[in-house]
Order: sequence, then C-alpha cells, then structure tokens
Amino acid sequence: MRDAEVRRLWAANLLCAASVVLTAVVPAFFLDGFTVLGTHLTWLCVCSVCVGTLNVILCLVLKPSLSPKRSSLGNKISRFLKCCIYFFMSCILFHAIIVLYGAPLIESVTETFLFAVLLSTFTTLQCLCMLGPNIQAWIRVFSKNGATSIWENSLQITTICSILGAWFGAFPIPLDWDRPWQVWPISCSLGATFGYMAGLIIAPLWIHWNRKQLTYKSR
Amino acid sequence: MRLRSGVLAAGCLLLQALGVAIFLRGFFPLAVRARPRGGPRGESPPEPAPPGPGTVSNWTKIPPPLFKKVVIVLIDALRDDFVFGSKGKQFMPYTTQVIEKGTSYSFIAEAKPPTVTMPRIKALMTGSIPGFIDVVVNLNSPALLDDNLIWQAKTAGKRIIFYGDDTWVKLFPKHFVEYDGTTSFFVSDFTEVDDNVTRHLDRVLKREDWDLLILHYLGLDHIGHVTGPNSPLVGPKLREMDNILKKIHISLLSKEGEASLPSLLVVCGDHGMSETGSHGGSSEGEVHTPLLFISSAFEKRSGPLTQPELVQQTDLASTLAVGLGLPISRNSVGNLILPVVGGKTMREQLRFLHLNGFQLSRLLEENTPAYEKDPGYEQFKIAEKSHGNWIKLYLEGNNSEILMNLGKKVLKQYLEALKTLSSSLSKQVAQYDMYSMMVGTVIIMEVLLLLLLSVPKALSSRAEFEVPLSPSLFSLLFYLMCLVLCAVHVIVCTSAESLCYFCSMSWLTALGVMMLISALMCGILSAIGKILENSRLPVKNPVVSSSSWSEVDVLMLAGTIGHVLSLGASSFIEEEHQTWYFLINTLCLALCQELCRNHFLLKECDPQHGTSLKQNFDGIREASDCKNIDVPASGNSKLDKVASSAEFIKGSDKWLSLASPWIILICCRLLRSLNRTGVQWAHRPDFGHWLTSSEHKSELSFLAAVSLVMIFFLVQRRCSLVSKIAMALGLLGVYSYRAAIGNVVFPWQHDSKDISKGITEARFVFVFVLGIVFTGTKDLLKSQVISADSSVKSTGLWEVYSGLVLLAALLFRPHNLPVLVFCLLIQTMMTKYIWRPLKFDAAQITIMHYWFGQAFFYFQGNSNGIATVDVSAGFVGLESYVEIPAIFLTAFATYAGPLLWAIHLLCYLSSEVSRNAAAVGHGCFCYALMRSIPVAIYIVLVTGLRYHLFIWSVFSPKLLYEGVHVFITAAICLFFTAMDQNHSQKVQD
Ligand SMILES: [Zn+2]
Ligand SMILES: [Zn+2]
Repeated sequence: MRDAEVRRLWAANLLCAASVVLTAVVPAFFLDGFTVLGTHLTWLCVCSVCVGTLNVILCLVLKPSLSPKRSSLGNKISRFLKCCIYFFMSCILFHAIIVLYGAPLIESVTETFLFAVLLSTFTTLQCLCMLGPNIQAWIRVFSKNGATSIWENSLQITTICSILGAWFGAFPIPLDWDRPWQVWPISCSLGATFGYMAGLIIAPLWIHWNRKQLTYKSR
Repeated sequence: MRLRSGVLAAGCLLLQALGVAIFLRGFFPLAVRARPRGGPRGESPPEPAPPGPGTVSNWTKIPPPLFKKVVIVLIDALRDDFVFGSKGKQFMPYTTQVIEKGTSYSFIAEAKPPTVTMPRIKALMTGSIPGFIDVVVNLNSPALLDDNLIWQAKTAGKRIIFYGDDTWVKLFPKHFVEYDGTTSFFVSDFTEVDDNVTRHLDRVLKREDWDLLILHYLGLDHIGHVTGPNSPLVGPKLREMDNILKKIHISLLSKEGEASLPSLLVVCGDHGMSETGSHGGSSEGEVHTPLLFISSAFEKRSGPLTQPELVQQTDLASTLAVGLGLPISRNSVGNLILPVVGGKTMREQLRFLHLNGFQLSRLLEENTPAYEKDPGYEQFKIAEKSHGNWIKLYLEGNNSEILMNLGKKVLKQYLEALKTLSSSLSKQVAQYDMYSMMVGTVIIMEVLLLLLLSVPKALSSRAEFEVPLSPSLFSLLFYLMCLVLCAVHVIVCTSAESLCYFCSMSWLTALGVMMLISALMCGILSAIGKILENSRLPVKNPVVSSSSWSEVDVLMLAGTIGHVLSLGASSFIEEEHQTWYFLINTLCLALCQELCRNHFLLKECDPQHGTSLKQNFDGIREASDCKNIDVPASGNSKLDKVASSAEFIKGSDKWLSLASPWIILICCRLLRSLNRTGVQWAHRPDFGHWLTSSEHKSELSFLAAVSLVMIFFLVQRRCSLVSKIAMALGLLGVYSYRAAIGNVVFPWQHDSKDISKGITEARFVFVFVLGIVFTGTKDLLKSQVISADSSVKSTGLWEVYSGLVLLAALLFRPHNLPVLVFCLLIQTMMTKYIWRPLKFDAAQITIMHYWFGQAFFYFQGNSNGIATVDVSAGFVGLESYVEIPAIFLTAFATYAGPLLWAIHLLCYLSSEVSRNAAAVGHGCFCYALMRSIPVAIYIVLVTGLRYHLFIWSVFSPKLLYEGVHVFITAAICLFFTAMDQNHSQKVQD
C-alpha cells in the first residue's frame, strides 16, 4: 500500500517536472521566435496554464485528498467557485508581496502579475487541489508535524522550495552583468520554477529516506 | 578576571576601532608624495647635450611663454556630451562653431575618481592624482602645499585673477591679485553663483593688467545636483555659458596685436555628472569632461570633425606650464598635449617634450628604488640620446628634410616614453602600506575571534565572561610572542623602502600594540582550550542545537552571513540597500508567520501537541541542569512563548498585532520610493526629487509640517511635561529654520524671497536639543545616585532619545522628515505589537534593531558612495565652517538611522530588564558582534581586492563608511555599558 503510494507520488511529480520542461521546449514549434528569455511573458502564461491543468487532472485522477464524500452538484460548484476566488486572491496577495519587496508599482504590472500567477500555480493551486478551500487544513499542513500523508509532505516541500527559489532568484538582479536573464522578473520566475522542480524531486527522495520516522497520525 | 558581556563588548569594540584606525591609516596613505616646493632642484634641465666635443646647445633656460594671456573657464560638472553631443549643438552654437571650424583643439579629458570638485581642481593644477583621502578632507580645504601651476605662475610674477568657487581661494591663499570667491553653500541657487562671476567679466576683459584669468562657474553643478542632467534648466545654462565664452573669445581676439603673442582660452570641466546629476563615482558621465583649447595661434581645422581624442585631466597642468613658460610642477604625472604646441618649430617641440620627460623621470627616481629598470625610464633615456644626436645635426646645419623626418622619429620616441612613464607613475599612487594594514587586520580578526568564542558565555543568563587575563599575561607564550613580534617589527621597519605609518610611530606605542596583539592571542588560545575542555564532557544535547532554532533565527543567521558574503561583489556594495530592504522584508514576513502561528496555535493547538512541546522543553531544561550549564535564554523564552500564547492579547489588539507586519512592510515600501539610492536604479524618478523640485514647494511644506506634528505625537508620550513643551517648541523651530533658508514656505508669506542662513532659528533648536538631552541625563543620574526607581531611568533614556530625534529633525532635509516619522512609527508598532507579545530574547531583538537601523541608513538617502553625504548638515546653525561641530553634525546626520535604532534598542531593553536582568548586556554584546563581523570580513576582502578596478570608486568609500560606523558603534556600546552598570549596581545594593 505504502510503496504503491510512493510510486504514484513519483509518477505524479515526475510528470509535473516533465511538463515544466516541455513548456520551455514545445511552444517553440508552434510560436515563431519563442524562447523562455525572449518571450518570457508567453512562457509564464504557458507554464502556469500547463502546470495548473496538469495539477487539476492529477488531482482528479489520483484523488490524494482521501475525501470521497459524495456531495451534491451545488456543493461541488460552490467548492469550485471558492477555489477560483482563493486562487485569484492568492495571485493578488503574491502580487502585493512582490511589490512590497520592491517591484515597481506601476511599470511592468503585467510581468509582476504573471509572476504572481506562476507562484500561485506552484503553491496555492496545489494546496487547493489537495486540501480544497479549507484554511484550517492549510494551517494544519503548514504547521510543524502537521502532514498526515506523503502527499501533504510533498506539498509542503514543493511549496517551500518554490518560494525559496523565487526568493533566491532575486539575488542576481543587482549584479551589473547586463545579462538578459537579469531583467525583471525572469530570474525570479526561473528561480521559482527551478525551486518547484527541485521540490518535486526532493519530496519523494526525502520521503524515501525518512520513511522510518514518518508515522502519520490517523485523522 | 570576570567581565560582564556589556563591558567585554565595549572593550572589544574599542580595540577594534583602534585596529580599524591603523588599517585605514595604512590603506589611505596621507599625501605620499607631497614634498615641499622650491627645493634644491629648482633648476630646469638644459637641452640634451649633443654627443662629441665642440658643439654645445645654448638652450639652457626654460623656454619663453607661448601665450600672452590665458583664460581658464572651468564649468563645474561640465560633461563631455554637453559640449560635443547634441546638447552642445543645440545650446552652445558659438562653441560648436569654434570647435568645428575655428582655431581650436578639442579633447575629452578623463577625470580620475573621486570625481569631486576639490581633488579635481588639485589634479588640474598640480597634475598629480590626489589620494582618496583628499575627499574626506574636502570639507575644510587647507592651502595646497604641493608644487602647482598657480604657485609657479605667481612666483614667475604673473598676475592672476580668479572669480568663482571659493575652494580655489582656500587652496591658493594670497595667490590671486584679485578674486571674488562664491560659496557653493546653497545648492539650490542656480543663477547668483554664476552672476557673481560674470559681473566682473566686462571690466576685467577691458583691462590689460593680468596674465591669467580663472573663472569657475558653479551653476551647472547645482542644477545637476537638484534636477539632474536632463532637466530643462540645463539648456539655458549652457546657452549662458556659450555667450560668456563668445564674449571672452571675441575680446581676446580683438586685443591681439600683430607683434605680441597670441592668447589662449581653455574651457574645461572639473568632473561630469551621472545620470542622476550627482558626482563622485566613476561612471562614464562622471569622468568624461570636455577640454577645449582655443587660440589664434592654432591652425584652422581642415577636414571633417573627428571624435575628440581622450587625454588625462592631469595633462592640462604640464601643457599650461609649457604654454606659460613655467617649470612643470614636480608631482605632475601628466603628459604634454602636443597639438597645443604643434605650431612651434621641431626644436622647440622636442625641447618641451624633453622638459616633460625629464620631470617625469625625476619623479620616478624619487619614488621607485628600481627606477632604472622601469621601461618608461629606459625609453626616455634612449629618446634623450637620439635627441642629442638630432641637436648635433641641427647645429651643424643639416638638410631640413632629413632633419624633419629624424625629428619626427625622436618626437615619437618621446611620446612613447612619456606615456609609459606617466602610466607607471599613476599606478604608484595606489601604493598600500601593507605592514600597517596587516597589523590592523590582525587586531580586528583577533577581537572578532574573541567575541565569537565568548558567545555562549556572554549570552548566558549570567552574562558574564571569564577572561583569563592574569595567567596568560604571565605565561611564557605571551613573552615569546611579544619577542617574536618585536623582532618582526624591527626587521620589517629596517628593510622597508617605502613609507610605513606603523614604523614611524614611537617604539613605545609599537611595543604597546605588539603586547596587545599577543595578549589577545593568548586570550583566544585559552578560550579555545576551555571550550575543548568543556566539550570533552560526555553529555551532549542535540536537542538544544537543532530544534530550538525558529524560522526567525535561521533567517537572522542566514541574513547576517549572506550580507557579509555579498560585500565581496562590487555591485552588491553599490546596491547594498537592496540587500537590507530584502532582508527586513523577509524578516517582517517571518514575523507575520510567527504571529499567525502564535495566534492560530491558540485555536488549533490540541492539548496533546502542547504537552509534547512542554515536555520537550522540560527535557532541555533537565538536560542542561544536569550538565550544570546555564539554560540558553532562547530556550526559556520559547517556553514562555508557548505558555504566553494562552493569555495572548485579545480583541482589536490581536488584529492590530496581526496587521502590524503588513503596515511595517507598507511603510518600508513607501520609504524605499522616497529616496532611490545606489547606482543602477538611482536615476529612476523618486518621491524625494519630486518634492525637492521648486514647483512642489507647497507640497513639501505641507509634508514637512505634517511630519513634524507626527514626530511630536509619536515621541511625546513618554516624556515629562517640560520635555514635551521643549519638544514642541523645538519642532516649531525646525520648521521656521527650514522656512528661513527657503526650503519650505509659511502659508501666510508666499512671496518673500529673503533667504538667510537661518542661524538664529537653528541655534534656537540647538538650545532645546541640549535642554532635552540635559533633562534626560539628569534623570539618568538621579536614578543612579538617589532612587532605585527604574521608571525614572526609562524616562531619562527616552528623553535622551527624543532629544536626538529633535536634532535629527533639524538636520534632515525636509523631504526626509517622513523617514523620521516612519522610524518612530515602526519602533512603536514593533514594541507594542510584535516584540512584547512574541517575547523575543534580547539577542533577537538586537539583531532586528540592527537590521532596521541599517535599512534606515539607506532609507534616508545614503548610499555607499561619497556623493550622498549631506555636507550641508555640517553648516546648520554655523556662520562659517568650524571643523569639530561640522564633522559631528555631518556624522550624526549621516548615521542618524542606525543611531536612533540603537538608542531605541537601549530604551526597549532597559524596560525589559524586569523580565531578563541581563538584557542590556546581551543587547550590547550582540550589537558589537553584529558590527564587528562585517567590518572584519570586509577588511580582509578589501585587502584581497586592493588592485580591483573599482577599488577607489566602490570599495574605498564603503571602507570609510564601515570604519566610521565602527567608531560610532563603539561610542554606542560605551553608552550601553554605562547604562548597564547602573542597573547591576542597583541589583547588588
Ligand atoms: Zn565640481
Ligand atoms: Zn557638485
């Protein structure tokens, strides 16, 4: 049972990582002059959409949330709407935080907002998929020793890695190297993406190494 | 000997300040090559003697002048594109026409950083490259003692007239037969500074009784400082300058008779300006200035206009010396600009080049022991020899064709030699006194090591540290080290060829320093020994080391290390403010998370979880008890934190507490857009520039008034009644001072334009500052001597603090007053809603204070370049420049941010004493540690990077900032220790 679940986690995470890599390569065949650095905004859109859809599909297929409660259609729709609102709010919140960190307020709003969307895709969307619009559950997962399944552990790790990646991605901006990837928000979004991919790979490895200590309380 | 951690920290910082002083003295040698002028070698060399007997050259004297009159028009901050670029074509039509079609030579003169007026004037007139430290003494420019052009001209009996920046009058006192100095005190004055110069012009140009006229126009520089190079004010100013040049040129041409010598008009800039309009650094715009020679002696330009050639600014001195028939200044490293003398005969040209080369090689001889191996010197000797041959041929009356070709060859040889000589001389300016630097570094590193080794003891609840002074003082090791070091000292000092500061100190002082080094070393060794002894005890507690670290702790450690490492990259130094803003933002978010967790844990925390945590902490305590080690303060406070979350503040306070990190974040974001600093994004529009521009005076006045009222409300709540009244009057005085010097307006008098220096108003405020600080000190003394009441003491401390706030309000430019408001606001919110409820320990609070202090250093508009030091703060309330108060006021205004946060830290910690008796000691120790880590690492980095391209423009200014910061921190720590002393005495009583 446990091993099977770990294998499913591996598959899901590798799929996500592969999709990120593909978003950097595949659109070049359809769009003229597409490069991650050159047409960064397009890539941001493509990447957020792809990772987002993949996450939703994986969530529907694998059902890691272990809550197969039968619910009415109305309930489902309200949950879905709630999720959308939460996602949008998280985009706004990330945007605000990025501006507080010093991003220009008026210029390059699109860049900042798309970066916020990307970050939300890597973090909030996953949480929404796995935990639903349930703030209490989120707080539980993100407090110490709060994870109750390997999925939640993986969620913790990828979220933290994405945010840390974005954080570290800001470091090269002040350097005077005049490289194309130092333009706002490329280094940060690349940092977040690499962080996310690293998180996807680290999470199963970490679970594998700590499988002895991991004893989940039954809920 | 037992030392309390506060005393230890203060002592260590004092030693570190000593080390920094020695290091700085070695790093910035004062006037390496300043030799008194007019020594025994006043003679100029004769023409190289032709080989063989018989023929002797009759040219032994200095050649006669080439120009009768010379007018130097120095336009401050004239950038090359203002003349040669599109702006020049548009606004300087006459000059452009002269450049393109007239009899002129145009060059781009490269200024060496620091691109600040005084060192640039020195460079232009002496031809030498003044040391970096000249910038620091820029404030009071004493008379120039080096050999220079003005002095030579005066000695040769030339009559010199000067109008313009009074820096010249200070540099060359009694050199001018007539002068009118203008102070550049009011940077916002664009017209009067120049009218002051121009009003003399008509009269002087009519007269015949002068040989050298120097005009220094300041208006353009002021426009640049206030509004930047692209402002609409630049065009009219350039047009004004163009008209002046036209007037001078036409007048000079009309005076030239057939018989007499032609005259020369030189147009130059002392430095350029950056894209923001400031200067001091080494960006392209700052170092490139135009240099124009206009004279009827030159040939008309034939052929199309080419890009002006690049020359050095120092070349002007030698060229003018030749042009005026004067000896070249001895310290000059400049080359003769040959086209200027191109109209002369070959023999004369060679003669000039020989004079220049001779002077350069003389300079090299005096500065390098192995000068004979220098390639430039060798080239010069060869050129000199062929010059002799040429003269022989010339004197023999040889064919002119061959002679011309041969002469051109010699000319080329000379030019090569001059170039090599001057480049190898320029390199020598950056000679470091390595021995002094090493001594300083050793002291600093030892102190840092000692501080680091004493961390666990000093931060324990007893806050005491055992210094094994007496045993180590009598140990054999100590004496051995002293002996070895003294031997090294003697060897180094007897063998060193160059000047060494540490060797020139008296041997008693040197011995003292050696003993200090060895004592520190012994202290460190014994501390290490003790630690090893302790660690050999078998019981190890892994829980303490790992699980007691919260996110905030991790962030603080990572931030400190990351910041220190970032100092190795020049861009990170230029943009250091970004590092701090980034760190405090992250800190605020981490605090927010901590607050959320505290708040939600209360709701969520299941009893089981809570008890497990408690057990965990009890375990720590037991373990440490059985080890008989002091429980780390952080462990204690963690426990308190969990326990306290049960009675966590309720109601609106809770929500305020949750919101406060966000409010602080917003404040920081606003402040960040108030003053853009650094290099890369400094040109972006910011709120401060918008406010200071003359159209928005009423907005600025409103903002200043509101800020002053806010400051009053934020500061008064803990003051006594007398101080409250004094504070209110003082803040009123601040506003009227700003109104008097014309920064802000009173709403009821819009049009009155009488700008004064505001001496009375400023002194009025000073009286209140002193009054408030005095009341505070009186309270402090009272609390120490008479009553044991801690509330009196905290009132006293707060009053000292509010006095300093008032002083800062006076010294800050009006658009910076919001910085002060936000500083007070953030401190209030942090104290009330974050530190109190979260119960951080003293060390954490100190680090947060230090971070915020650093961020505020940049929020107030400072950067790591010298250009941003607000020198005008040193003149507040003073009639003229007075050294000591000016330095004190400037330093205070520059470091107001870190200083206010440090004093606030003291206020906060001394109110926390009831919770943790050793809080002040811990705070002092941490503060010292936070300061000494970056300074020690930075000094090592700078030593390693001393031949870096940006050493003068980026690393040296930062080094000065760091050094001054160490001195200030040492003073703060002494104050801390004094406050701590009182408390501990009281406890013992
Ligand atoms: Zn200047
Ligand atoms: Zn200036």
